[in-house]
Amino acid sequence: MAVSDPAAVHAVLRSHFGDAIGDLAGTRPDNAGTTVAPSALVEVCRFLKTETGLAFDCLSNLSGVDYPKRNIIEVVYHLYSYRYRHLFVLKVEAPRDNPAVSSVAGVWSAAEWQEREVFDLLGVIFEGHPDLRRILMPEDWPGHPLRKDFVEPEEYHGISTSRESLLKT
Amino acid sequence: MSLTGFEVEIQREVDGGLTTEDMTLSMGPQHPSTHGVLRFVVRADGEVMKEAIPDIGYLHRSIEKISEKVGWHGFMPYTDRVDYVAAMFCNQGWAMAAERLAGIEVPKRAEYCRIIAAEFNRIQSHLLSVGSMAMDIGAYTPFIHTVREREYINDLIEELCGARLTFNYMRIGGVAWDIPPGWREKALSFLERFEPLIDEYNALISYNKIYTERLRNVAAISAQEAIDYNLVGPNLRGSGVRYDVRRDLPYSVYPELDFDVPVGSGELGTLGDCFDRYMVRMREMKESCKILRQCLAQLPQGPVIAKVARNFKPAAGDCYVRIESARGDMGWYVVSDGTAFPHRCKIRTGSFAAMSIIQKVSRNLMIADLIAVIASFDLVAPEIDR
Amino acid sequence: MQELVDSLVADGFVPGGLPLWVAYLGAMLVFGGIVVFVFILPIAGVTTWVERRVAGRIQSRIGPNRTGPAGFLQWLADGIKSVLKEDIVPSAADVPLFKLAPYVVMTGFVAAFVVVPFGGPLIIADLNVGILYLTAVTALVVVGILMAGWASNNKWSLLGGIRSAAQIVSYEIPAGLSILPVVMLAGTLSMQGIIGHQGWAPWTWHVFDNPFTFFAFFILFVSALAEGNRTPFDLPEAESELVMGFATEYSGLRNLLFFMAEWGNLYVIGAVVTTLFLGGWQIPLALADHPVPRIVLQFAIFFAKAYFWVFVAVWLRWTLPRIRVDQMMIMCWKYLVPIAFVNFMGTAVWMVLFPAGVPAVRVLLSLTAAGLLVAFARRVVFHVRRALLTREELSFNPLSTARVMSRG
Repeated sequence: MAVSDPAAVHAVLRSHFGDAIGDLAGTRPDNAGTTVAPSALVEVCRFLKTETGLAFDCLSNLSGVDYPKRNIIEVVYHLYSYRYRHLFVLKVEAPRDNPAVSSVAGVWSAAEWQEREVFDLLGVIFEGHPDLRRILMPEDWPGHPLRKDFVEPEEYHGISTSRESLLKT
Repeated sequence: MSLTGFEVEIQREVDGGLTTEDMTLSMGPQHPSTHGVLRFVVRADGEVMKEAIPDIGYLHRSIEKISEKVGWHGFMPYTDRVDYVAAMFCNQGWAMAAERLAGIEVPKRAEYCRIIAAEFNRIQSHLLSVGSMAMDIGAYTPFIHTVREREYINDLIEELCGARLTFNYMRIGGVAWDIPPGWREKALSFLERFEPLIDEYNALISYNKIYTERLRNVAAISAQEAIDYNLVGPNLRGSGVRYDVRRDLPYSVYPELDFDVPVGSGELGTLGDCFDRYMVRMREMKESCKILRQCLAQLPQGPVIAKVARNFKPAAGDCYVRIESARGDMGWYVVSDGTAFPHRCKIRTGSFAAMSIIQKVSRNLMIADLIAVIASFDLVAPEIDR
Repeated sequence: MQELVDSLVADGFVPGGLPLWVAYLGAMLVFGGIVVFVFILPIAGVTTWVERRVAGRIQSRIGPNRTGPAGFLQWLADGIKSVLKEDIVPSAADVPLFKLAPYVVMTGFVAAFVVVPFGGPLIIADLNVGILYLTAVTALVVVGILMAGWASNNKWSLLGGIRSAAQIVSYEIPAGLSILPVVMLAGTLSMQGIIGHQGWAPWTWHVFDNPFTFFAFFILFVSALAEGNRTPFDLPEAESELVMGFATEYSGLRNLLFFMAEWGNLYVIGAVVTTLFLGGWQIPLALADHPVPRIVLQFAIFFAKAYFWVFVAVWLRWTLPRIRVDQMMIMCWKYLVPIAFVNFMGTAVWMVLFPAGVPAVRVLLSLTAAGLLVAFARRVVFHVRRALLTREELSFNPLSTARVMSRG
């Protein structure tokens, strides 16, 4: 039994997890999904992956988005099923000053590096991640660059990060 | 800071009174390979690797953050640099994301122009990938031959949009320039010349005994593992999964075109080994030629760009666009907050996932095999680091 | 050469009063110097020019064509440039070993020329253990390469050096085993003696003597390529992960010496193969009576035969990919060594059964080889004709470089 409609997926999730699942949001197949409470994230993901009829065996994308106005960092999971060819979006909200989310690296191996990137660039701690360290920036870089309030450091190991304007006459 | 930059566990073994220790080698960031600035910390026992730990970030240019500063139209040239070997696809991904958010419909002729440019770019990218793979294995000649063919495509595309590598050809709403007069005939005569050459390359290098011995049964990845690690494109199809975004999540005018999706079949070794991935790329070039002939024949008349405001402000919301780039399914997750600047643009690329599986796949391979694996995944560093 | 010196002494060319051994020593040094500077160094250099032009044509490009006519002086320019380059010694390297290594390699390579015949009586010293001496002395190169790999203080160089040592030492076995059938046939180890046992006609050459020596020829050629670090066996040097393998840290003159040894070694391979299997410098005696034109012709034929195999090695390098270390070792120990043994025993049995050889077999093998050559030549002509046709059809792009290439 393949459940291809995001609304139907949402209904199945609601019936299993109740209040941990938010309302169905999004208008198109590529952005239709729901918010999940952080505490239930790993079980919801495991359920989505292993339940026959859902079979979301691929974590297509894991990104973090910084919403300073709402004071959260949102982690967005785009799930895809190669079996039934359907998409679903999960969103988890984490407080901006101390963001921590459970890691789904145990469910999909693709999450390992994607979560490292979100940690590196936005500062979200993924609890239970096997090897959480910076991936793109150098290991001793201060701060998390993709945050909206990130201020570039003046220098890195003695190399200045600003440069004289090339348009100086 | 340790020499490797991070902790690497060295194992010591005592064997018959002799203590041996692993060797830690650093392969890169400077090394003679066209795949870009990559680094592997290799823990090896002589020639046999225990593990190859990838270390990326040497080419990180914060392109995603730049999108938040330069605005919707201004970001188009930056998308070329995300993957400069297959730049048309990056252009297309960004344009499609903006169009989807604003609900813009692209004219038919523009879609056809996009696909023609994209498929030529796919052939270009595969030629480079196949050539540099042969060069890494030690055969220098096929690289020069494929680059020679690539030069013809470079000339064609230069006539189309003025650039040979970073095209900046597409715009939000269509493409920048129409196909010039006489270009169709030149493109068709190139295809006439090029298609038989693919068989010649197969005779020259693909089925060469030494070459196949280097590639078969090396780093065989099962379909389940490939899906679990989110491998895409020829890497996924090499493991036997018949999935292509052009066919299964169709976009643009691909539904009107007829083409096959080649899949690895464990031809000379295990299913999903390096040779399968390589042959999928060779066969895909033929399919691209088929698509190009159809597009060039079916090209409709009309405008090449929709009317899009200069001060482009799409509605607030998010979208996730997936296109089939030369390296596989490239995902563009774009969040708009209703202003002239995107709120967030996340580019999820095929090479990023391929890099993550190397640590697992490299156990008990030889150092020479690591080169073959990197080449067979068709990694390009700019796509990994953005 | 000894007779030459004796005749010069008898004619009074040597200043009176000098003991004979001084005359011999002086003659050896003079001849050695002539051979090294007039023959070896230019040959190594010109081989680089041949290699680059042939590589260019195989890869549908031109190759060097600016310095001198058709780029012929490119090797001279490169040589001068290398000599004038800064000599960099890594700070953590083992300096004495580092500096010594290229000279050890060059010694091993140049010393082989003592027994390489050039044509007729032209040979520096016709040792009665000629071919054995050559095999032994070329193995000195292993020591130099290991020294280079170790002293560079670079893990990748070390890997390259060790791979090379394993390769050269392993491939000595099939090479030696393939030389033995010829030595048994000729009854002597001396190079001139082996050539003397053959004749000018192809069916008198050792390679066509019996089927076992026919295969021994190919095994010797492959093993010699492996000993010379040539593709498809160039794992010690040009792997994509080792920039230049054991020679990565070398620059300037030292680097040049390593690679001159490699290219010059190609000629040694050709000369050895020609001497042992292809009749050496033998020409029909009817062609020239007077010694001078006879020696010139003999030199020419020997050089042509030896250089043909240099060309084959270059052609193989730019066509075939590289094999992996373990595959190389498997090929040597599991395939080449048993086959070489079979050849050795087979030749011995053949010599017992047919002490004078079987003329019919010789002629048959020569005709087979001739037939293969003709078939190959026909394929080459077919492909060249097809390539010329395609070139004329390339008219779609007026800026295309195809027209420029057709003049190259």
